[in-house]
Parts: sequence; C-alpha cells; structure tokens
Amino acid sequence: MGEHILSWMTFFPVIGAAVIAFIPSEKKEIIKTTAAAAAAVPLILAVQLFMNFDRGVSAAAGTVESYQFVEHYTWIKAFNIEYFMGIDGLSVPMVLLTAFLSFLCIFASWGINKSVKGYFSLFLILEAGMFGVFCALDFFLFYVFWEVMLLPMYFLIGIWGGPRREYAAIKFFLYTLAGSVLMLLAMIGFYLHTVDPETGGHTFNMLHMMNQGNHDAWLQASNIRHLLWFGLFIGFAIKVPIVPFHTWLPDAHVEAPTAVSVILAGVLLKMGTYGILRISYPMLPDMAQWFAYPMVILGAINILYGAYCAMAQTDMKKLVAYSSVSHMGYVLLGMGAAAKAGLGLQSAQAAMNGAVLQMFNHGTITAMMFLSVGVIYDRAHHRRINGFGGLGMQMPVYFSFFSFCLFAALGLPGLSGFISEAMIFMGAFPAYRTVAMISALGIIIGAAYVLWMLQRVFLGPKNDEYDNLPDINTREMFTLVPIGIIVLILGVYPMPVLDLMRVSMTNLIKVVAG
Amino acid sequence: MELTNLNIPSWSDMAFWLPEAVLALTFLAALIGDLVVRGRRTWVPMIISVIGLVIAGIYTVLGLGQPAQTIMGDLIIVDGMAAFFRLLFIFTGLATVLFAWTSEEIMGRGRENKGEFFALTVMMTLATCVIAEARDLLMLFLAMEGVGLVSYVMAGYMRFNLRSTEASLKYVLFGAVSSAIMLYGLSLLYGLTGSMDFAGIREVLMTGRVDAFSLLVAVILIFAGFSFKVAAVPFHFWCPDVYHGAPTPVSALFSVGPKAAGFALMIRFFYSTLATGPDAAGMAALTSQINWPLLLGAVSAVTMTYGNLVALRQENVKRMLAYSSIAHVGYLLMGFVLLSEAGLAAILFYLLVYTLMNLGAFFYVTAINNHLKSEDLSDYVGIGFRAPWAGAMMVVFLASLTGVPPFAGFIGKLYLFTAAMDTSLYWLVIVAGLNSVVGLYYYFKVVKAMFLTSPPDDQDMSPLKLHWLQYVVLAVLAIPTLALGIFFGEFSELANSAIALLTTGI
Repeated sequence: MGEHILSWMTFFPVIGAAVIAFIPSEKKEIIKTTAAAAAAVPLILAVQLFMNFDRGVSAAAGTVESYQFVEHYTWIKAFNIEYFMGIDGLSVPMVLLTAFLSFLCIFASWGINKSVKGYFSLFLILEAGMFGVFCALDFFLFYVFWEVMLLPMYFLIGIWGGPRREYAAIKFFLYTLAGSVLMLLAMIGFYLHTVDPETGGHTFNMLHMMNQGNHDAWLQASNIRHLLWFGLFIGFAIKVPIVPFHTWLPDAHVEAPTAVSVILAGVLLKMGTYGILRISYPMLPDMAQWFAYPMVILGAINILYGAYCAMAQTDMKKLVAYSSVSHMGYVLLGMGAAAKAGLGLQSAQAAMNGAVLQMFNHGTITAMMFLSVGVIYDRAHHRRINGFGGLGMQMPVYFSFFSFCLFAALGLPGLSGFISEAMIFMGAFPAYRTVAMISALGIIIGAAYVLWMLQRVFLGPKNDEYDNLPDINTREMFTLVPIGIIVLILGVYPMPVLDLMRVSMTNLIKVVAG
Repeated sequence: MELTNLNIPSWSDMAFWLPEAVLALTFLAALIGDLVVRGRRTWVPMIISVIGLVIAGIYTVLGLGQPAQTIMGDLIIVDGMAAFFRLLFIFTGLATVLFAWTSEEIMGRGRENKGEFFALTVMMTLATCVIAEARDLLMLFLAMEGVGLVSYVMAGYMRFNLRSTEASLKYVLFGAVSSAIMLYGLSLLYGLTGSMDFAGIREVLMTGRVDAFSLLVAVILIFAGFSFKVAAVPFHFWCPDVYHGAPTPVSALFSVGPKAAGFALMIRFFYSTLATGPDAAGMAALTSQINWPLLLGAVSAVTMTYGNLVALRQENVKRMLAYSSIAHVGYLLMGFVLLSEAGLAAILFYLLVYTLMNLGAFFYVTAINNHLKSEDLSDYVGIGFRAPWAGAMMVVFLASLTGVPPFAGFIGKLYLFTAAMDTSLYWLVIVAGLNSVVGLYYYFKVVKAMFLTSPPDDQDMSPLKLHWLQYVVLAVLAIPTLALGIFFGEFSELANSAIALLTTGI
C-alpha cells in the first residue's frame, strides 16, 4: 500500500460499498460492521500519512516536488487527462479530518434502520469522493470527484432525512450543480488555453495551470481572468457557503440525518474554501489580490449575518447550521487578508494559517455540535430550543459534553476554536483594520447565541415531560470523546496541525501576494 | 445528367454493402417467418431478427477500417462515419427487438400482428443505415421517406388505442408536410447547381456562380426538413404526442434511431456541400452572406431551452422524456454550429452516449408499464424500492441524461462544451450550462418519486418481478453508461476518426 497510499485511501471505501451491495439486506449488523471496517482502513492510512508527511519539504511552489505521495498516470490520452494525485500542507489537514469524521460517523449512524444497505454504501461512496477532491491534482479528476459526491448526498438527505427532506435534497443538488456548471466552464477555459510545456497541447494538469507562464494570450486578458475568477468563485462560494449563496445550507442541515449533517458541515463546506485556495488563488493570483478586499467584506458579512441568524433560531440544528455560516466567515476573512498586496509575510502567514486551521477546527467542533444535537433528538424526537429546560439535571454527562463543544464554538481560550480565530484576527487586523474590528463583533454575538441556547435547554426549571430521558450512552460517547480530545489538544498546542501546513501556505502566500 | 455518365451499380459493390443486404434479407425472412407460424409463435420472427441484426453487426465490425468507398452508382458512400452509424443503429435495433419481446404493450394478450413488429424494427434499422450513407439528393430523400413510412406504421402499432392512432396520424401529416418542404428545397438546390450528387453540388458552389439568395432559401428549406426529423424547435410539435402515444419500445427507438440518422445526414450533407474548407474561397463568399453560426446557435439555444422548460411541467414520464429528447437535440446542435471537426466528433460521441442512456430510460418505463399500466409520475411513488436493481439503473440513466459525472452523459456534454468554447461560442455554452441545471430538476423528479417520497400506507410495496431479459438489456445499457464516463478514450477516438475520414474523404 505504501506506493499508492492515496489511491487506496480513496478507493477502499468504494470497495467496501461494492461488498455491502452484495450482502443480504436482512444482515444489518454485518453491513454496519463492514462499513466500519471500510472506513477504518482510510483512517489507518491517514494516520500513516500524518506520521510520514515531510513537514519541511523545501521545493518551490508549483513544482511536483512540493507535493507528496504523488501518483501520476495517463488516464484519457485523447484529452490529456491524467490520474494525478498528491497532497501538500493544505490537503493533509483536510484528508485527516475526512478520514477521522467519516469513521466516527459510521458509528453515529448505527441507529439507522431504514434500507441499511443503501445508506452505508452511499455513505462510503461519499467518503471516497471527499478524499478524491482533497487529493486530486488534475482539474478534471478534481471535478469528477467533486460531482461524484452530489448523488450520494442527494439520496442520504432525501431518503433518510426529516420531514422536508425532498425539498432540501433537491435544493442542495440544484444549488451545487449550478455552481459546478460555472466551475466546469471555467475549467474548460483553462483547459483550452493552458499550454502543456511538455507536449504543447491542452492540459488539465493543475500544476501547469498554476504556472502563469503556460497561459496563452486569451488567458492573460484581464476581462477573461475576471470571468474565470467569478466562474470558479461562485462555484466554490455556493459550497462554503458565502452569503447570499447560503440558503441551501440550513435546509439541508436540518433535514439530513445526524451523521450526514456532520459530514456536510465538517467536510463538505471546507471544500469550498479548499477549492479557492487550491485552484482560484494559485491559478489567478492577480485576481486573488484584486479580490482580497471584497473577500474580507464577504467574510465579515458571513460572520455577522450567520451569527444574527443563529440567534433567531428556535431549532437547535438550524442554530448550529447558521453558526457554520458564521464560522466559515472567519476562514474567508483570513483568506482575504492573506491575499492583500504588500502585507508583511508574518501577518499574511498568521491569517492564512489561521484560516486553514479554522477549517480544521470548525470541522471538529461543528461535528461535535451536530452529534450532540443528534443525541437529544434521538431521545426527545424534536429539537425545539424552547421545548426543553433544566435538562442539565436530567442528563448531567450529556450536559457537560454539550457545554464543552458549545464553549469551543464560542472561542473559549484553551479550546481549539480560539487559536484559529485569534490567528485570523492577528493577520486581518493589520490588513483591514475596520473590517476586522467589525468582524470581531461576531465573537460576541457568537457567545450570545451559544450561551442563550445553553441556558434555555439545560438550565432553568425542569420540563416534567422529560423525566425519563436516559443520559448519553457509550456509543454516543465513543463518537464524541475522540473529537473532544482533539479540540482540547489543539486548543493548548496547535503545532501538530500548523506544522503540517506551514511550508505550503507560505508558498501560497508568496504566489498570491508576491 | 447524361446517361453515359451514369455509373451502373455492379454486383461487386455489394461487398461493401453486406450489412444492408443482410438486413434486407432479415426483414423478408422475419415477415415470411411470421406468416409461416401464422402470428402465433412470435419468438420465430424475433429470433430471426436477432440473428440477422447480429450478423449485420458482425459484417460491420469486420468492415471497420476500410477506406471510404463510393458505391451504387455514386449514390452511397461507405466510410468511417457510415460504419459508426451502422453500429449505432444495429445496436439500437437489437436492443429494441429484445426489449419489445418483453413488453406487454406489444406482446400482450390480444394484441395483433405481434410478429411484424420485429420485421419493422429491422426495416427501420436498414433505412436509418442508408440515411447515414447517402451522398446524393435522390438517395437522401428515398432513405428519409423509408424511415418515415416505417415510423408511421410503428407509431400506430396499438391499432385500437386512440392515442396510438392519433400519434400515427399526426406523424403522417407532419411528416408529409415537412417532406414536401424539404423536397422543394432539394429541387431548388438541384436547379441551382444541376447536380444531385453532394460532391458535384459542392463543385458548382465553389465556382461562386450561384445566386446567394436562392441558395439561402434552398438550404433553409432543406434544414427545415432535417429539423423535423431530429425534432428541433420549431419543427418539434409532433414529437411529444408521437412519443407519448406510441408504444414505449417504439418511442425508445424513435428517440434514438431516426434522430441520430437525421444528425448523420445533416453532418454529411452540410459538411460535404457547404463547409468552408481551406480551398473554398468561392464558398466562403456565398455562405458568409448570412450569419450561419448565429442562426444555428439560436436554433440550438431555443431548442434546448424549450425542451427543458416544457419538460419541467410534465407529469407523465414518457412525455417528459419526449421533451427531454428535444432538449438533447439542442445540445447536439451546439456541435453543429461552426461545422468544426471537433464539434462534429462531439456530436457523434454524444449520439453514442445518448443512445445508451435514452434507450435505458425508455426501457425502464416500458418495464414498469408492464406492471403498473401507467407512466404517470404519481404512480411511480416507491417503485424504486420494489425493484431496487432496476431502479438503481434508472438513476444511472437519469443522472447521465442530466450530465453529472461519473456518467457518460457528462463526458458527452464536456465534449460538446469544449468544442463550442474552442470556437468562441461562449453565450451558447452558458445557455447550455444553465439548461443542464434545469434538466436536473425534472430528471430527479422521477428519482424523487421512485425513492424519496414516502408511499401512502395502503400502497402495494411488494417486490416487482421484472423479466430476466429486461435486466440483461438494462444492464447492457447501464454498464457502458457508467464505464464510458470513466474510460471514454477509445470511443472518443472512434468518433474523431469517423469525422476525420469524413473530412478527408471529400
């Protein structure tokens, strides 16, 4: 497996899905165990990646050598499409996050009883798509993986979701496909007008596209670059989601089953920002610089709008969904600030590393939040914030878990969310002082909606209706505890993740901000 | 034309026309076979047709790679593109025969003349093959009428079903009018150039001594005739009614065979008479008086948009697929706009993919119709769980029709989009892109009914037993629909070489 570790990681879940398809549907436990095994292998491989990843690789940006575990084969010769996989400091944290959350989510789905076979096969295909997106270095390959996820996601929301699942599923699909089509057109534009330095033909190779010297005259024209930037940006913005493209998100999150919400918020949203950093920034660095200020403003809008919306929600899951919108805003703030021309390297590094760290941290924290909400929903069968009260006495262990992740979400020092947000502000403040100051208000509003929910659900007079609710069980703890440990460790000592990304992100800053 | 100049067809020409000869004999054998068993043992004509189609297919494969040959007194050309379409049509015919065999609409109790259906399918295959090989105005018209006549009979196959009879009558009326229009255009063109032969027409046009306006009128009239065949807006009115009324296996055949034949003819006719090659200075002067790309682009954009928007409102799956096929004609026309080689190759590849996925979708509807006697969306609720494997294959077909990776439909679209982008038709690509998103909504309305909507409590959720042959044919269509989305190199090269042969063969 050593040579093709990324391929094994990506396609092992597919093998698992195929095996599951041939297990008789009555054997539910066997299906679930198989799924767990199929998700465990990528996790083991991810740990192996983490151990063997060279943190100090010194190759220049845009060279194959700056990527590791590279696999490079011809796929479709007629179109110059390659099977080109490899990871750098930007993808490694995302790959780790995917492997880790997918594995836990199999256990979070243990309670699924409707069409078990379909659920777990689709879930594993989804996992494969996520790995593929984070590892692909060929634009076509990236696009295929990006789209492969849509179909399983549609079914996971649409079949196993809540009451308005049909609406939420098709809305998710339509929004994302609309974005993907724009990305597709931009991709074809790049394909037709990037000259492969070796063959002189068209190419889908992302590294060639990143090298500005390979762009032909058409691609160098300013108006074309603006169009391509917006094509890519809207495609990714829908996934992030950046306000005003966010309206699919609350619907999809609320209707999706718990484990799918976790994947949706924990990994899928990161693909939007990952795409901007992997594709838009290095391929159109001048545009990235030009768009730095709008990006920061969009970030601020996301932070404040998401936070205010979260405060107004009466459904716990919807609150968490809007908090995701708000937290992804910090990522945008960091990304935008890091792209500002003439910003000192140190500030840019703080902003950029903070943004990527925030992607990782939000993935873990929001996963915990959704899992926690799932726990109460499984017991009470509703999620109305005002329908509870005094649960803290009834379910003390659950109370402590939930408060832990809520405090992480509001950015309490000592937990991981604080570090990344602080880094982002350290970078954004010298770059765009006013916007950074306004965005910082988001932290206060964040504390407000989090604490207010905590108060309404767990404190106050006890609602007699819930006298018999059992406390959190071992399986649920098994899904929450590992994430909690990571949140705690990274809150005290974030270097394990920061070390991974440092070199690559510095390279990216140099490409974008000169 | 003087008689001495005529090439008299010789027997040796038949060596290049073996597939057609086999198909013609099969048609007769199937008819006679049906008479011998007096319409009772319908498997006899079925088996005869299958064997004949397979033999014709084998001959086509054996003949692949031969240099282009002009035969039958210059009426017919057998080249790479003809071979490509032969394979496509024979495959379509074979799939249709096998699937119709399991269809209650055609083979059900109390139906008449069941055996003739197979003979007609073979005839349709033959006629469409000839369309793709015509290089002469006369042959073009004969072959098109041949397809038309078979189609009219097949559309009205359920003689006592009102919808089916209506479909047939509508098809006849529209067909007759459009044939007349096209014939008028053809006669104008003959009058202008004095030649029936595509190459001869080109030669005269190259001299530049033809009145541009008359030529424009002739070409537009001919294009109208082709548009009718492929059901492009504004000549699409027959299409939804005919597809809806005809038995489903027939609609499946219609949505693929005659449509692809129309495109084959369009490509050959326009490319060999009007295309502006490197040596065609005179041509350019003639054809540049009108903005062809804009005109064809507009037809393409309107066709796809109309098809998609109307499909949104359909509650009958068959009718929805009819409108969807109009939308796909719009996509296909994108490749035609600039007559670029890449565009034409994209059309061929898309036709191949379209054949697989569209036949698949129609066949699934046929299979379900056997049990539900309905194609209404509201009756499809929960059907996905009653036959999960077939349902999964239908999802593959619909996702591919939408154009979502990793299915073949996406590659087809990518191919077309790339060709159009390469010729700077950005507005058209954007329109097509947005149309794909619209398509998603109605294709997945079917998926939603099949899998997502909770069935009412009293609904029968017992498993559906589909005929084993239906599973086989659906799998034969679904597996390549998936595989071509991942490994399409070989087939795109096939399409490329078919077009390359066409362009060098002139």
